[in-house]
Amino acid sequence: MESVHRGLTLDGEAPASGDAAAGASARRSGKTSGTARTTLTGWTAYWQAAPMALVFFIFFVLPLVVILVVSFWRFNQYSIIPAFTPENYIGIFDKCIIGLPKLCTTFSTYLSTLEFCLIVWAVTLAIGFTIAYFLAFHIRTLTMQLVLALICIIPFWTSDVIRMISWIPLLGRNGLVNQALLGLGLVHQPVEWLLYSPFAATIAFVHLLTAFMIVPILNSMLRIDKSLVEAARDAGASGWQVLVNVVLPLSKTGIAIGSIFVITMVMGDFVTIGVMGGQQIASVGKEINVETGFLQFPIAAANAVILLAAVLVIIYALTRFIDIRKEL
Amino acid sequence: MNEKRPASFYWLAIMFGLFVLFLYGPVITILVLSFQGPQGGLTFPMNGLSVHWFVRLSHGIGLVDISQGLWNSLELGLIVMVLTVVLSVMAGLAFRNRFRGSSLLFYTAIASLIMPSIVVSLGIALEFRIIDDGIKALGDAWNIEWIQDNYTTVMDLFSSGLGSHLSWTLPFGLLIMFAVFNRFNRVYEEAARDLGASSWQTFRHVVLPMIAPSLVGVALFGFTLSWDELARSSQAMGSSNTLPIQLKALTTTVTTPAIYALGTTTTVISFLVIGIALATVFLVQRRRRQHGSDAGKGMV
Repeated sequence: MESVHRGLTLDGEAPASGDAAAGASARRSGKTSGTARTTLTGWTAYWQAAPMALVFFIFFVLPLVVILVVSFWRFNQYSIIPAFTPENYIGIFDKCIIGLPKLCTTFSTYLSTLEFCLIVWAVTLAIGFTIAYFLAFHIRTLTMQLVLALICIIPFWTSDVIRMISWIPLLGRNGLVNQALLGLGLVHQPVEWLLYSPFAATIAFVHLLTAFMIVPILNSMLRIDKSLVEAARDAGASGWQVLVNVVLPLSKTGIAIGSIFVITMVMGDFVTIGVMGGQQIASVGKEINVETGFLQFPIAAANAVILLAAVLVIIYALTRFIDIRKEL
Repeated sequence: MNEKRPASFYWLAIMFGLFVLFLYGPVITILVLSFQGPQGGLTFPMNGLSVHWFVRLSHGIGLVDISQGLWNSLELGLIVMVLTVVLSVMAGLAFRNRFRGSSLLFYTAIASLIMPSIVVSLGIALEFRIIDDGIKALGDAWNIEWIQDNYTTVMDLFSSGLGSHLSWTLPFGLLIMFAVFNRFNRVYEEAARDLGASSWQTFRHVVLPMIAPSLVGVALFGFTLSWDELARSSQAMGSSNTLPIQLKALTTTVTTPAIYALGTTTTVISFLVIGIALATVFLVQRRRRQHGSDAGKGMV
């Protein structure tokens, strides 16, 4: 996990200098000689970190515990009842195993969500890697790198919902795309599946999430020693070979971090699928949202626990791709 | 420096240009369409040019009171911004020293960052629901009249809502502070201490001015992430609404360019904040260069 730690520490700012994180860990291991000041500042560190720790405890750790507990509770129309029952889970997986190969609702929902994950991940990775590569290896001045990276990041600071509805004028029944297709005579009536469809949801996901791929990959690429690339060139590698054998392996950490962001966000999504999918596509997040609307909190909690388990498995698998030996 | 650009540069530059078009194109279309004439629809062509839909917006769309959501989001955003800056700086300072549980805190922050928002939101809602039930049970058990008569819920914009936003903004704040302090030269602090400054004076007069530009960045993240936050707000706001929640509700009911007008309004506010933040950083850096101060050198 150390590699994730080091990679992530720099994510806040786009083009960070390469050895900052290394410097930090060196400092940490170097500055531990026990003087009077370290014991003094030792206590300072506790109260300095306490407020943030408290916020995370009350609004993150405790809620997760509550979810786990409530997922085993009973409920009626009005309230949740603290009495143990495994029924919420049994209900979710009702006839899932016996019914195979026919998929039960839960399995097909997860399958559809995973499908979105896979497609969105592949597209954001392809775009994110290309853009990051362009910024890291083809833009020569730091200022220009910073400006272009900012251009990619600024939309991240604007509203997701707005960025979704902004596709309506383009993809709608009378939208620009349909107008163009009709005008060119490629179709005779407007294409209906452009908006409020899986296609629209995918476009919106890519639109919203590519920045999460660009920043970590760019961060990894900026830390690649340029002399490695030159050495490969001198040794006769073609541009493509440099890309595949030098840049790609050294960007793995960034790719893994970006992938974690994108995949967890698609897995838990209910807004994008809800707005862009035209209310017909199932997703795990949407199911949880609907269940809380009906005050079926324990079922929603059980679904949240399962979602969490699924996400953790994926994250665990992705961290395997990070070469920890290289980071030591 | 003047080495000839390879052909791949131009291909990649074209790709980059297309990507930027993909990023900004749609938003620009709704900015344009929000100025539709009164007869105009949700798509092109433009049917005249007017601020009709902004006027309609200011009178409220349908039954939804937009101004309430706008003020809620603005207030919450500012509080989240201040708390994010203060708590991130404090934690950032703490992380410069070893302390027990530091890696636990770090991984908790990372976990909070990548946790599906619906899960966090649901958890906070359930937590506050249980607190409510507990307080009501207490009121019944001890016959406290005030609780029995008046108590409804502790769930509120500024309790559960605030917490849900902080669980999203604080990890960003902390990561930025990591990047800042990893590049911070401690020599200046030691010099201040050698000259007799107390630790507060060292922080106030040496460290704070040096990290100030980065704090603008933390504030920017704090405000904009809260201003646009929807998924974590969804269950945790109680009876209050924030602007994104109202906006999402409107996407299913409103079929006039009024929704674009609202989109334009919120986007303009976002861009104003981003612009002010970036301009501040830029101006501070430039002033420092002109005055020959090396404070904050090498940091954004």
